[in-house]
Amino acid sequence: MRFTGIDKRLLTHIDFAVLGLTITLAIIGLISIYSATYSNNPATYTRAQYWFIISLVLLTGAVVVNYHFLERYAYIIYGGSIVLLLLVFAIGKSSGGAQRWLDLGFLSLQPSETAKIALIIMLARHFSLKNLAGRGLDIKDLIVPGLIFIAPFFLIMKQPDLGTSIILLSIFCSMTLVVGIRLRTIIAIGVALSAIMPFAWMSLKDYQKARLTSFLNPGRDPFGSGYHLLQSKIAIGSGGFLGKGYTGGTQGKLMFLPEHHTDFIFSILAEEWGFIGASIVIFIFFALILKGLGAAASSKDRFGFLLAFGISAMLFWHVVINIAMVTGLLPVVGVPLPFISYGGSFLAVIMTSMGLIINIRMRRFIF
Amino acid sequence: MGERYFQEKEPLQFKKRVYLATILAAILFFVLIVRLWHLQIMKGSYYGLQSRHNKTRTVKSQAPRGIIYDRNGIKLVINRPGFDLYIIPEDVTDWPGTKSMLNKLTGLTEQTINERLKRASGRPPFRAVKLKEDLSWEETVKIESFNFEMNGVMLDVTPKREYIYGRALSHLIGYLGELNIEELKKLKSSGYDAGDYLGKYGLEKSIEEYLRGTDGFKDLEVDALGRKINVLGWTPPFPGHEVTLTIDIKTQLAAWQAMGANAGAIVALEPKTGRVLAMLSSPSFDPNKISAGITHKDWNSLIRDPLHPMTNRVIQGQYPPASTFKPIVAASGLTEKVIQTNTLIDSGPVFRFAGRGYRDWKEAGHGIINYKRAIIESSDTFFYQLGLLLGVDTLAKHSKSFGLGSATGINLGGEKPGLVPSSAWKKRVKKERWYQGETISIAVGQGFMLATPIQMASAFAAIANGGTVYRPSFVEKITDSNGEVLKSFTPEIKGRVDIPAHILKLIRNAMRGVVTDKAGTARTLRDKTLKIAGKTGTAQVAHMVERERDLEKIKYKLRDHAWFVGFAPYDDPKIVVAVLVEHGGFGARAAAPIAKKVIKAYLTNREGLQKAPSPPPSAASPSGHRADLFPGDRP
Repeated sequence: MRFTGIDKRLLTHIDFAVLGLTITLAIIGLISIYSATYSNNPATYTRAQYWFIISLVLLTGAVVVNYHFLERYAYIIYGGSIVLLLLVFAIGKSSGGAQRWLDLGFLSLQPSETAKIALIIMLARHFSLKNLAGRGLDIKDLIVPGLIFIAPFFLIMKQPDLGTSIILLSIFCSMTLVVGIRLRTIIAIGVALSAIMPFAWMSLKDYQKARLTSFLNPGRDPFGSGYHLLQSKIAIGSGGFLGKGYTGGTQGKLMFLPEHHTDFIFSILAEEWGFIGASIVIFIFFALILKGLGAAASSKDRFGFLLAFGISAMLFWHVVINIAMVTGLLPVVGVPLPFISYGGSFLAVIMTSMGLIINIRMRRFIF
Repeated sequence: MGERYFQEKEPLQFKKRVYLATILAAILFFVLIVRLWHLQIMKGSYYGLQSRHNKTRTVKSQAPRGIIYDRNGIKLVINRPGFDLYIIPEDVTDWPGTKSMLNKLTGLTEQTINERLKRASGRPPFRAVKLKEDLSWEETVKIESFNFEMNGVMLDVTPKREYIYGRALSHLIGYLGELNIEELKKLKSSGYDAGDYLGKYGLEKSIEEYLRGTDGFKDLEVDALGRKINVLGWTPPFPGHEVTLTIDIKTQLAAWQAMGANAGAIVALEPKTGRVLAMLSSPSFDPNKISAGITHKDWNSLIRDPLHPMTNRVIQGQYPPASTFKPIVAASGLTEKVIQTNTLIDSGPVFRFAGRGYRDWKEAGHGIINYKRAIIESSDTFFYQLGLLLGVDTLAKHSKSFGLGSATGINLGGEKPGLVPSSAWKKRVKKERWYQGETISIAVGQGFMLATPIQMASAFAAIANGGTVYRPSFVEKITDSNGEVLKSFTPEIKGRVDIPAHILKLIRNAMRGVVTDKAGTARTLRDKTLKIAGKTGTAQVAHMVERERDLEKIKYKLRDHAWFVGFAPYDDPKIVVAVLVEHGGFGARAAAPIAKKVIKAYLTNREGLQKAPSPPPSAASPSGHRADLFPGDRP
């Protein structure tokens, strides 16, 4: 097995559709970040450009490295990401009441983002080695993957970062379900979860509770947690069919919409590009997810299948939760929109992940 | 490679699951698209409107109210810049510190601040809440210098009403107040908003439409912090119209000083036009204090004051006109020819009728006298008999032609009509027939008879001017800010008395006699230059009380009201004055000297007066009011 599989034969199999969709989304992201920040925070756009370059490099790396190395080094990748999460507690930067960042001097790294891909790789490795002999997962089959999932989940929950925790949970559930799980296992877990639900609620921070309840009853607190949601809906709704035009949005520029270049960037996009623009972006996401799922389905080995499926699940849940959140279908939990929301670590992770999808598709014929 | 190939069935199972995942993704993405359709297409215009409201804020620029001048162009009411204290709750970083600081600097209690904030709940975020109106200069400086220590606290400057002559003009000019909820509902369509001020009393209220200007608007583009980004539009405010009154401030101040600590009313009219020259009701109130936002406690003590400082006695005080009614009775008698100029009536100390004795105020009586002497000496027994000769209904008919028994129609709220009784009135209201004995009381202006000071002034103006009853008016002219005259005074005739001019002249002569005759009741007013004519009156409050020489021996509330109504110069009347001193005792002693001072102030130095008289400190200073004028310090 060669470390890199770059030769002419492989290059002809690069999926330019995935690459094209990925770069398109990343450029839409840059354009949107510019529009959202040029008036009150122009430095953000500069940093976004740096991250874009870094991410392209990482994507290229993810394409050229044989993805089976990931399987071999899964423990190191996973262990490394747990160490980073622990470091966040030791020397992490706080912002807005949450300790999420590691300061690298030039840029700051968000280890909760790398934990997403690390979890996918680790779970893919674990399940690919598991011989299920045609039956679904049993409770005891879930103990090890459960532990693999719980460690980063718990550390991220503690930061606190509810959004990323939910993404980890979604990835874990998606991968478990695709591997196959027995009905009675699902029922048992359902019963256990409903028993611990009240304790989970109590462990939430007050602001997290407030966001969840304000979603259920937005009229109760129009200028508190529900205020963001209302402003987001105003931004999206006022975009209408054709939008207000690029940089023509007012909601974000006038700061009615907080976090308008990160979690709420889709609202700005929908405000400026209207229903048409927002729908096109959603279609690009859908196409990319289909490509990812296709890569999984065409993969010739279990690890490749599980890796591609895990990545597609991560992308899917991010898009669905983020857009549902900014349009008021789900509570505001702080999940960024892949490629588009500002956030260097996550952009690097998602671009690398797309590199892996290309990688998996590229190697589907080699066995 | 190849060590972990798929087990046989797995690729198919996995493909099926990927297929299911694809369908799930398609469904959820479809839901997102539907949601976008709902927000952007179905409710697009609604949110579009919200977005526009979000980013624009309309700031009102308050229009200055019209300035008020006296007849000589002396400013009576002006606007000065005043500072209001605001707080933007969202910008406050340290509540306890800010509250204690505000308390130290302006005396605002934490309770008041909380109350204000509570009242403003439901306002859009970052909208300032008014904490205190019209800070003193000292408070403004303090706030300015500690501003950087209190985030969210700010000052704003708006025009404030200043009543230069304060208490001396309070009832006529009135005051402003913040719109209450009912007024807001009613006036919303006329451009009033919550927090606006409007005239609540006096002419500030009655000519509000002229005084109030048109507020300007600034449309600002703001960000979520309420910070101004851009001025989108600007409509400048349009100041209210300038109003020149018929009031002569010099005369007004003379009235104020002459009235002193008494409760009562003074009104001076121009007899040939109905122009109001002076109007004073005492005790008065401080319009500066009320307009600046009076405290609940101070307001309650004002309206519960037993002397009713909020009542304008000139138009709302109804008193028996007493002997000041006698000239009208005499004129009616001469007109009806029940007496002639030379008819002599035995006017002894007591007039006996239907088994009762009706006494004259003068123990010795007046002897056998005609109408003129009866007026000069104010004989009661003469008029008892004249009243009976006329009958109550004939007397009522003539009295009403003088404007008695109905409001004069002056453009001030709450005017009372007085009462001219008749047999029909008694039947209607009291369900009783008229008794002759009651006519005897009416003939001397007692009994059911009631009149306001302005009615008496207006009636005497008709005597003085040859018979025309004018509607009293206080507006000389109204000009807009370009100096264009919108409205100017024109005398408004309300009616004519049904007394021939030659009889009115006889009455004027008799009234001149009241002052000039050595037995005249107002002989103390004799003066070579002023040439006053008039009539005194002493209105009985309680029937039982003996008229005492020594006023101090009678309880204040039971003392008689003192009247004097007169005009000058008698041969070419320029001013008619009605003075009523509540519980002042004899009209000749308590009211007549006041009337003289008012007349003197108006008639002397008329030409020379162009310079603004400096307001008396007692009248002008909002806080330092005359202690001797106020309740608790009654003689």
